[in-house]
Amino acid sequence: MSTTGRLLVVGAGQAGVQTAGSARELGWRGPVTLLGAEPHAPYARPPLSKAFLQGTATLESLALRTADFYAEHRIDLVLGERVGRLDLSPAGGGTAITTTGRPLPFDRLVLATGAAPRRLTLDGAGLDGVAVLRDVDDATGLARRLGTARGLVVVGGGFIGLEVAAAAAASGIPATVVEAAGTLMNRVVSPATADVVRDAHQASGIRVLTGVRPVRFLGDGRGAVVGVELETGERLPADLVLTGVGACPRDALARAAGLHCDRGIIVDERFLASDGHTLAVGDCAAAPAVSPGSDATARLRLESVDNAVEQARAAAATLLGSPPPTRGVPWFWSDQGPVKLQIAGLAGPDDDAVVRVGKRPGQHTVLRYRGQHLVAAECVNSPAEFLTLRKALAAGTPLPRQVAQDSGTVLKQHFAALSAGGNA
Amino acid sequence: MVTEKGTTAMPKVFYTLPDGTEQAVAATAGDSVMQTAVRNGVTGILGQCGGVMSCATCHVVVDERNAADFAPMGEDEDEMLDCTAVERQETSRLSCQLVLAAEQSVRVTVPEAQL
Repeated sequence: MSTTGRLLVVGAGQAGVQTAGSARELGWRGPVTLLGAEPHAPYARPPLSKAFLQGTATLESLALRTADFYAEHRIDLVLGERVGRLDLSPAGGGTAITTTGRPLPFDRLVLATGAAPRRLTLDGAGLDGVAVLRDVDDATGLARRLGTARGLVVVGGGFIGLEVAAAAAASGIPATVVEAAGTLMNRVVSPATADVVRDAHQASGIRVLTGVRPVRFLGDGRGAVVGVELETGERLPADLVLTGVGACPRDALARAAGLHCDRGIIVDERFLASDGHTLAVGDCAAAPAVSPGSDATARLRLESVDNAVEQARAAAATLLGSPPPTRGVPWFWSDQGPVKLQIAGLAGPDDDAVVRVGKRPGQHTVLRYRGQHLVAAECVNSPAEFLTLRKALAAGTPLPRQVAQDSGTVLKQHFAALSAGGNA
Repeated sequence: MVTEKGTTAMPKVFYTLPDGTEQAVAATAGDSVMQTAVRNGVTGILGQCGGVMSCATCHVVVDERNAADFAPMGEDEDEMLDCTAVERQETSRLSCQLVLAAEQSVRVTVPEAQL
């Protein structure tokens, strides 16, 4: 495996930065170029919908690495440019041409292009005050508008929408969340957890509407949004609307270059795309599922820091011919005002939910079972229990349903007793 | 080890890595020991959640002489330290909770594993 070639990483988010850094750490000796479309040095995105909106984080405080890090690791950071075309050689290698016409020749290519917010195509979607939140420029605009907003409507009851609604409510701005599905965050948590989260938001004054769709955004006749009309006919007044209805992988570049894509760039367990040379990691990659109970032949696209970092480390190992790092269980978090939600593993709508009541008010855990097998855990305001369960899921330690069902059982003690028994 | 006092108010962190080597990093006042490690490429401190106490992947053992230099831990941190990948020690902390002040100098040991 040659490590003296030119490595090009397209995309300077969490996955791209980790790929470049891990490649150097594992011994890549050739030139490394990390290309970012945004003009800003690479930064952490999760706080954009949380601390950044509340003014307790800045672009500087969100930096993923220092400027010295890139220099010391000889990572050539090229910012404010995006790739317009990829010429892939069948033997590997090729050239990426930026939209300004700049050629970037490479011997190995890693795509870490991320995902773009899905936009609603409703009437009025282009009105001033109808926003999305994906990057720091979006967040800066949103924070400015929140400073003067009199009413916020969030379309989409997912992580980002609920985080922004919680931030608005904390600033005293009336906020309404509109979710088309019957429960909040319906693709990622059980109805039991969704209901606990809904109750907490309602207690903070957020109005939560589920099972109802918006039909149009209403304007003031001068191009600014003044409300959202629902299919029920109800009109919600709002001078700020956030749409948080998911994201689509940025795979157009890969597709145009002939790489197989299906809701993401399809990669194998080593993160190699269909040409056997190009790699793809993070939000843009559809990779084999690696969660307990998951069908290993299925391809999944996950959007999380954990996924980006773990895939990047594995891709760097592929580049260097090193043994792949051990993959933990996929996990996610969302801090929504009074709700600290943490999820480990991946459950589907058909998996059972075993509810555990927490020791302290506001604590709640749901264990997701497929038959007798624990496949995921959803924890609200229970970070220690979450860690215990994440560890058990990663290790494949069984947790019988009858043990889980008893809220009086302290899971940490249960597992500790198990491992003591196992060692005896 | 030279501490370069007087020329700068920058805090400094000395990380002892699992292989026994030491990495000294000049930090920024107000940053945490976790942020300083991650941004400067100190391996072995992951800090996946960015410092919001969701992941416990920034476990360190603080040198006994520095253990009292930081705000005491809260209940969540204490409980989370019971669940770290490598068993906690007397002066274990989540390094995202260790905020550095100007001119502070601190030594920490990075455990073998975080996940």
